[in-house]
Amino acid sequence: MEFDVNLIRQQFPILSEATIHGKPLVYFDNAATTQKPQSVIDAISHYYRTENANVHRGVHDLSQRATQNFENTRNELARYLGNIDPKTIIFTKGTTESINLVAHSYPMAFLKPGDSILITEMEHHANIVPWQMACERHGLNLKVLPINEKGEWDLEFLPKLLDENVKFIACSWVSNTLGTINPIQTMIDAARKIGAKILVDGAQAVGHFKVDLKSLDADFFVFSAHKMFGPTGLGFLVGKEELLQQMPPYQTGGEMIQEVTFEKTTFNGLPFKFETGTPAIAEVIAFQKSLQFLNTISLDKAHQHESLLLKRATDGLNEIPEIVFFGTSDQKVSVLSFNLNGVHPFDIGTILDQRGIAIRTGHHCTQPIMQKFKVPGMCRASFSLYNTIEEVDFFIESVRKAAKMLCS
Amino acid sequence: MNKSIAQLQDELIEVFSFLDDWEDKYSVIIDYGKQLSAFPEEFKRDEFIVKGCQSRVWIVGQKMENGEIHYHADSDAIITKGLVALVLSIFNNQKPSEIIHANLDFFEKIGLGSHLTPTRANGLLEMIKRVKNIAQTFEKS
Repeated sequence: MEFDVNLIRQQFPILSEATIHGKPLVYFDNAATTQKPQSVIDAISHYYRTENANVHRGVHDLSQRATQNFENTRNELARYLGNIDPKTIIFTKGTTESINLVAHSYPMAFLKPGDSILITEMEHHANIVPWQMACERHGLNLKVLPINEKGEWDLEFLPKLLDENVKFIACSWVSNTLGTINPIQTMIDAARKIGAKILVDGAQAVGHFKVDLKSLDADFFVFSAHKMFGPTGLGFLVGKEELLQQMPPYQTGGEMIQEVTFEKTTFNGLPFKFETGTPAIAEVIAFQKSLQFLNTISLDKAHQHESLLLKRATDGLNEIPEIVFFGTSDQKVSVLSFNLNGVHPFDIGTILDQRGIAIRTGHHCTQPIMQKFKVPGMCRASFSLYNTIEEVDFFIESVRKAAKMLCS
Repeated sequence: MNKSIAQLQDELIEVFSFLDDWEDKYSVIIDYGKQLSAFPEEFKRDEFIVKGCQSRVWIVGQKMENGEIHYHADSDAIITKGLVALVLSIFNNQKPSEIIHANLDFFEKIGLGSHLTPTRANGLLEMIKRVKNIAQTFEKS
């Protein structure tokens, strides 16, 4: 498969249609959310024009069509993830909800007071706070694997942290703030060795490389549609069937039940046990188009292209005397976090915004990383497969301009 | 006799009316921040931080013998410091009642309303609210 960035750009209308303060949009906030191709946008509109009905309920034709199309997404995603069992895919409203589901239901079924959960210092707040709450509810201990100066897991500490009390590990594959691609297999193997279960947060991985869950073999894998060119409001929890079967439901209501009487309610099977209420039907159906888009491009070549953008941006910014980088691992996705010495990231973001460049500034929902590097926040430019060398060059020139305005 | 808040706003609008592009405007804002008098260290406390800004902003006011309020402000972000300096350039050394009832519209008129990002704009509204709240406290005392 060829990789032509200009052909890819043509599929994303916002890249040519949006103007920011009268200037063309340069979108470098892809780690927050990716843009959507025309096919996804069309599918949402098509669904509401021709197919809108509630799923899994109606005997009428429209509802059955919507249901079938809805379930097709589950089947296509199962194939995309390496031919896994579709019923082990739970639709949620995002990675955050997927983690909350596991943090709620897994300890209820499997953990007891005194057990420990291990997370890492680089986790997103969504992979910290739910575990803190679970610890409070069930009398568990939270352990944290530190990171080193390059923004990588400090694996020297791992053997000491992994004692026999650790029953669960929750960690991200790719850091949203530092871009580090973590040695996830090492962590999965370590979990296996002590008989602990492991949840992998794949939110920042799925937009950059192909994920094969059969070979990864994590107990739980969570991610969001909107970071892989799909709609917002839709995420996924993929879990080992035997674990999901034994876990109690997270939220309760319609759809997830088998039989309700005032004395007792029995629950539906997988995946519906965990999918109560009307789901994001249009988004689920439109997500098939995201998968089709991903299937038409070579993600290996896209990754090479993104690496090129990252290298050019890093080399270019490196020539600015005041530049400081955060996250300098050799193993990174195209995320570049930086500051200008003595300048608040908000100032840099404001100047770049004036030139039409969208980056993220702040703590990126990872305050422990800010504490580690002793900064109030960072600027983060995150590139995707539709970004160009020209955009990166304009970005470098703009940071240079910001340095001139802000550092004098 | 001090200039009125309305006069000061008009003067500021005139200063900015000569600046066409964003770069010049932001340079002037940054300069306003640099000219702000040093913030007294003893007031750099959490209770004087204005919430709702991505950067930290401190504002305190002191009532002078003639009944006017003198404000001090600071921020760890250069542009934010410039914005709060613009606000203070209009409100400093005015009577509490004048400050409370002032209608502040110069940000719109100098073409910065649309330039400010929503989080920033909210921060700015919070700053103005804090300045007015301080004036209200002093009017009652």
